[in-house]
Amino acid sequence: MDWTALWLSLQLGFITILLLIPAALFGARWLAYHRFTGKPLLEALLAVPLVLPPTVVGYYLLVVLGAQSPVGHWIMHWTGQPLVFHFSGLVIASLIVNIPFAVQPMQRAFEAIPQDIRDAAACCGMSSWRSLLTVELPLAWPGVLTAMVLSFAHTLGEFGVVLMVGGSLPGETRTIAISIYDRVQASDFDAAGQMSLILLVFSITVLALTNGLSGRFGRRHGYPEI
Amino acid sequence: MACQGVLEEGMATLKSDLRLQIQQTSPIPLFADLECAAGHLLALVGPSGSGKSTLLRMIAGLSRPQSGHIACGGQVWFDDNNHMTPQQRRTGYVPQHYGLFPHMSALENVKAGLHHLANSEQLKRAREWLARMHLDGLQQRKPSELSGGQQQRVAVARALAGDPSILLLDEPFSAVDSSTREKLYSELAELKHQLRIPIIMVTHDLNEALMLADHMTLINHGRTLQSGVPRDIMVHPCNEAAAQLVGMRNLFDGEIIEHDAGQSSTRLRLGAHVLDSPYRPELTPGTSVRWVIPDNGVRFRAISRAESVTSCNRLEVMVSKLLTLGDEVRLSMQIDNVSAPLLANIPLRLATELNLAARQRTAVVLRAEDIHIFASHE
Repeated sequence: MDWTALWLSLQLGFITILLLIPAALFGARWLAYHRFTGKPLLEALLAVPLVLPPTVVGYYLLVVLGAQSPVGHWIMHWTGQPLVFHFSGLVIASLIVNIPFAVQPMQRAFEAIPQDIRDAAACCGMSSWRSLLTVELPLAWPGVLTAMVLSFAHTLGEFGVVLMVGGSLPGETRTIAISIYDRVQASDFDAAGQMSLILLVFSITVLALTNGLSGRFGRRHGYPEI
Repeated sequence: MACQGVLEEGMATLKSDLRLQIQQTSPIPLFADLECAAGHLLALVGPSGSGKSTLLRMIAGLSRPQSGHIACGGQVWFDDNNHMTPQQRRTGYVPQHYGLFPHMSALENVKAGLHHLANSEQLKRAREWLARMHLDGLQQRKPSELSGGQQQRVAVARALAGDPSILLLDEPFSAVDSSTREKLYSELAELKHQLRIPIIMVTHDLNEALMLADHMTLINHGRTLQSGVPRDIMVHPCNEAAAQLVGMRNLFDGEIIEHDAGQSSTRLRLGAHVLDSPYRPELTPGTSVRWVIPDNGVRFRAISRAESVTSCNRLEVMVSKLLTLGDEVRLSMQIDNVSAPLLANIPLRLATELNLAARQRTAVVLRAEDIHIFASHE
């Protein structure tokens, strides 16, 4: 059982949702309330990580962030550290592949708030900020919760991108998913089995909790489940 | 585009506490001109998709017109250089489905519009308004635990608690059943007398406008067609579109024959018939005109009962279609040498008495005073 890898994965998951959810929340809200010409294209771009093989995303991240690229060179110059094969590189990769998991549930949740309610909030004199905090978030929070859970669980399970961008450096880039793979390669099926079971139980628990909470919310407010 | 003429004098006396002029070609074309005085209720009447709700949202500041001018109580809300936000305008807006915040109680909903006041003052004012809207005892209920009528009252309380400069009601009675609607009509009529702000109500129901409104503006395809006192518009629509909006179906071509100042009557040709109509000396004899008569201007018993009509516009007609719907009979009749049908709804009792049947001839009288000739071919 590789506790360091589990701890690293949990850290990566928390940092990802801490950085990603606030930005995705404003993006999702903006997308939900605005219509413009390039909107389908922008939405498609944001959804690309869902359909692209993770190794392809990892490859492009290597190309863009690698020490040979201008971006990688610039980062190396200012921070003294490369992004690839480093924990910070994993964070960036994780943020990018999780965009659809964070944006889509929240966008759907904001879209489900009737226009009448937002209009009434504005006519009650509420600023956009106050309306978000007192009216929209209380109604959209099942979507926010879903976004957090999906992003976190997906980060824990991400394999291809992590392997491409981070490799498998113990304590630095070896996450639990990589560790499971390593253990299987080393024919240590006991450790691989333990870690797999932990991930399985964790995933089922959080999904059941999220569905239960969202469902209860829907019944309480006469809202359809998001 | 708004019609002038019979209603001009009425319009001039309106104090323009809300004044709106909008010209817009996209996303939906809107050419609107309306006003509403403080303490008055203006009904914006038109079919679905005519742009009336969009106009209301523009008054609230929720939608921005391409160009125009909106002012209320001496303050310019919108013109070419200025667009005040809904937060700055502080209108009392009641959306079609009320827009109540579903996670808040009735009391919290009303308080939500008062966040600029101190907490104790918020509570006091919210309670007062709920009591005023007959919602005592329901303060802690969530909107989903209230009936449609109660929800509407919470929405009105929330809209008015913030001391708005105008009250905007979007189809306020469309989401409730008919018995609740009757009760809410009386409540709105009472409330209207207490308020000293302009009230604008969007509706597609002419009866609501007749019952509740001091003034009415007809709107169709994004254009305001006619403004005035509801009863005047109902009998004197300014053009065909307005006539159709107020439910008039009997539209005919005619020709002015002569004027009779002595009898205060204008003679009008309809096919081979000559009809008397109200005196309109400004129309030159020989002019082709369009004219209209409301359903209740078509009389069946007038001849036998010698009912007092200023003139006897008696016509021989043939019943071409007859449809019985409950206690009512819908008739479509053909006048000799006239292509447009004459339509009327009469009680079943009368139809039986007159032995009306399809393909049968009968006589009707068109009440001269109900004939309305349009000023021009608009």
